[in-house]
Amino acid sequence: MELIIAIMIGCLAACGTRMLLQRSLFRVLIGLALLAQAANVLVFTAAGLGRGDTAVIAKTAKELPEGHPDPLAQALVLTAIVISFGVLAFCLVLLKRTHRRTADADVDALARVES
Amino acid sequence: MGLLLAVLVTGIGTLVVVYAAAYLKGSDRIGRFMGFLFLFAGAMLGLAVSENLLVLFIFWELTSISSYLLIGHFHEKLESRKSALDALLITAGGGVAFLAGVLMLGEVGGTYQLGALIEARELVQEHALYPAIFLCVLIGAITKSAQFPFHFWLPGAMAAPAPVSAYLHSATMVKAGVFLIAIVHPLLGATPLWHFTLMGFGAITMTWAALVAMVQTDLKRLLAFSTVSALGTLMMLLGMENTLAIKAAMLFLIVHAFYKGALFMVAGAIEKATGTREIAQLRGLLRTFPLLGIGAVAAALSMSGLPPFVGFIAKELLYEVKLEEPPIGMILLVCGLVANAANVVVALKVGLLPFLGTRGNEEFKNLKPRGIGFWIGPLLLGVGSLVFGLFPGLILGKPVEAMVQQVAALDFEVKLKLWHGFNLVLLLSLITVISGLVLFFFRDALWRFGEFLRRRLGWSGVAVFRAGLAGFLRGAGAITRGIQSGNITVYLTIIFLVAMATLGGAWWLSGYSPSFPTRGEFRFEVLLLGLLLIGLGVLTVRATRRMTSIFLLGCVGFGVAALFALYGAPDLAITQILVETLTLLLFALAIYGLPGMKEKVAPNPRSWGALFVAICVGTGFTLLTLKAFDVQLADAVALDLAAISLPEAYGKNVVNVILVDFRALDTMGEITVLVIAALGVFAMLGDKGIRGGGSSMERSPVLGASARYTAPLMIVFSVYLLLRGHNEPGGGFIGGLVAAMGAVLVHLAHPSKPLRLFRLGPGALMVVGLAFAVLSGIPAWFFGEPYLTALWGGSLTLPAVGKVMLGTPLIFDIGVYLVVAGVVMMLYQTMERWQVAYRMNPNSTTSS
Repeated sequence: MELIIAIMIGCLAACGTRMLLQRSLFRVLIGLALLAQAANVLVFTAAGLGRGDTAVIAKTAKELPEGHPDPLAQALVLTAIVISFGVLAFCLVLLKRTHRRTADADVDALARVES
Repeated sequence: MGLLLAVLVTGIGTLVVVYAAAYLKGSDRIGRFMGFLFLFAGAMLGLAVSENLLVLFIFWELTSISSYLLIGHFHEKLESRKSALDALLITAGGGVAFLAGVLMLGEVGGTYQLGALIEARELVQEHALYPAIFLCVLIGAITKSAQFPFHFWLPGAMAAPAPVSAYLHSATMVKAGVFLIAIVHPLLGATPLWHFTLMGFGAITMTWAALVAMVQTDLKRLLAFSTVSALGTLMMLLGMENTLAIKAAMLFLIVHAFYKGALFMVAGAIEKATGTREIAQLRGLLRTFPLLGIGAVAAALSMSGLPPFVGFIAKELLYEVKLEEPPIGMILLVCGLVANAANVVVALKVGLLPFLGTRGNEEFKNLKPRGIGFWIGPLLLGVGSLVFGLFPGLILGKPVEAMVQQVAALDFEVKLKLWHGFNLVLLLSLITVISGLVLFFFRDALWRFGEFLRRRLGWSGVAVFRAGLAGFLRGAGAITRGIQSGNITVYLTIIFLVAMATLGGAWWLSGYSPSFPTRGEFRFEVLLLGLLLIGLGVLTVRATRRMTSIFLLGCVGFGVAALFALYGAPDLAITQILVETLTLLLFALAIYGLPGMKEKVAPNPRSWGALFVAICVGTGFTLLTLKAFDVQLADAVALDLAAISLPEAYGKNVVNVILVDFRALDTMGEITVLVIAALGVFAMLGDKGIRGGGSSMERSPVLGASARYTAPLMIVFSVYLLLRGHNEPGGGFIGGLVAAMGAVLVHLAHPSKPLRLFRLGPGALMVVGLAFAVLSGIPAWFFGEPYLTALWGGSLTLPAVGKVMLGTPLIFDIGVYLVVAGVVMMLYQTMERWQVAYRMNPNSTTSS
């Protein structure tokens, strides 16, 4: 099962990278989002996949059951999701701003503007 | 040793400050100048009394910087700026070497305390790194103390105002290198390497600089070269083998500080009064400046080494030392004779020539005597030279003895006498003075010879250094332009390839071969989900319309959420779904006014390259995941956290407990990042022209009617999520997202009303939320605990929610809730305003 998820992560990352390296800044943005997804799943998976239980202690129990998922990784990924949302929004606005300044949304055009 | 330097720094510093006040009277930059001067004095004092080598290094660099600022005082002059830069680059470059030496010393000796290092000197000296350490420290010292071939910055530094030259570039800062060598002498000294390099550098510098000094005609340059020569003498003495040499060095250091400081101030005073530093034009100033003249003559006589001045004692010692160390001593003796004879010429040129004789130049007829500030410094220093010379044992004996003992690390009694009787040393002194006088007599011929040589050689250290520097800058510029093309694609490609190469290299070296873990049981739904996500990813890449790609991206996000849900992370799944929804919303708002994506172009080299990089990165991610299954390092921490979650933090939802209690400081950093991102968005889009407000949005009656009832429910639900988050899936992040959605819904239904949650705008929400989070950590201080330690007290039973524990983590979570809600609302509001503005005037967003 881990193998399938690992391959899936690789595919998502490859798709994200492919998009990041394109000329259209909009695609670059989509690529960033894809890469962020891949990274989140990577951290989540790397901590070990549980057996379907949650990282919440049951009503009657005192501790998590044996083989529970890693709560620390979940906490990390949770903040990562929210932060990548913030960063994505920031980049989106950066894209719009760039477009307004240069009347173009193209990586190459941007390089020309700078130099 | 340190104390002596400290006395020199403060003592001469006092005189220099008085003098500088007179020198720069009326200048509008005097405050600035004095500030730098005191900065330097402080740094130098620190250097003198530092015991820790790292601290010493910091003060060392501070002196370099303040020296730079002081040399560049007349910053409107190009030469002034250039000289300052030369001095800074050379001394700071030496400083880097010195730091490397210090760090190696620390590694070898296990400490940076000089005293402790000296106790472990065998360890250091027998270590394989010893030559490297010594050379690094040596480079630091010889650049600072202007030894050949780095000497040229010191004459250049004469662009500084005279007080600076007197203080930094003769009496104190340039002595720092000598000081450094002296204090590391017990640690690194007494090896063949030490003796030969120091004596070599010292002797060459001493002789060469003295010869150059002799043919100078500019008062300050002349003094500068003679200072370089004196520094060479000091280095040479410290490199010698016998203790007498150290005694001579210590004495000479003091003596030199006295007479050279005085002479520099004299030079400055003359320049200020007459407007020139050319010796040939200066005559008969004694009548106008009698007291200055007395100081100058006294200092000059001390420098020439005539009895009864203290310079005489120092010179006698110099000769005595060299006589004791044949056969090298003989070579050094000849060098010393030349240098001292040259010194006599220099002393006479500076101290006597300008003052003696009749006034030849008409311009100087109506010179007015100057105030006390001008002559008090030189006079005191000059007279001091005389007093010390008359009563050497009384005043100088003890301090010199103490210094010698420290530097040489053995007991040694110092007897200083003015008169040693008739012996070889006295004869040498006589020869020196006579030859000096002869040379002085033929000074014009000497000058012509010097000029001839200078024209013939046609190069100088400064020119070589500056040419090298310019070349270096050109090279750096070329490299930077090569790497920094300004194209994101190129940057990203480089970053990805380097990252993957590093990963691959590490694997290659560790001999890792990926294993294929089969621990988890096979689950058909996960297989389907995996294939679905892969397909969605590929489709996203192939999409040619913006809306399609946004939609596909959203699908990927929901797929990932499903994966989280399948593997026991309800919090993550909920958060992911909410965030994906909001992302879709933002993208949908944002694509207004953006150009459409270009149609897919035919495969070209560029796209093949990108494909290659993408495959590399994908493979890297896959291998990284597989590798992570083999190493399970994190388990221990997570288990601990899970075990104490309920008994200590009263929470059953371990993820939430980690976020608001165990690792609350991390969370605080993260919500701060969110706020910054939102502010960035606001700053970029919230400017003029898009403050249109939402009034033009058409209102949907159905949405309005439903939102009236659903939106308040959502907000209530969000509070419920927040409160129960400690025990069940939920918490501040999720609650905040839901609350923001509720607020946005209200706004969509009633576009005329501003976007509000609990009557607060997005900005206010963020501020209040951050304040909640920050303040929630403070109560812990009153119980002597670290910041953000959880405090609990009491509980509350609410309908539907159940028992809610009251405590600082709850306050913290409320802060998170408010911040997240505020950030999302801020992002939405900014995007929406932009979109409205675009609709009203589509051209305004593209034309400006």
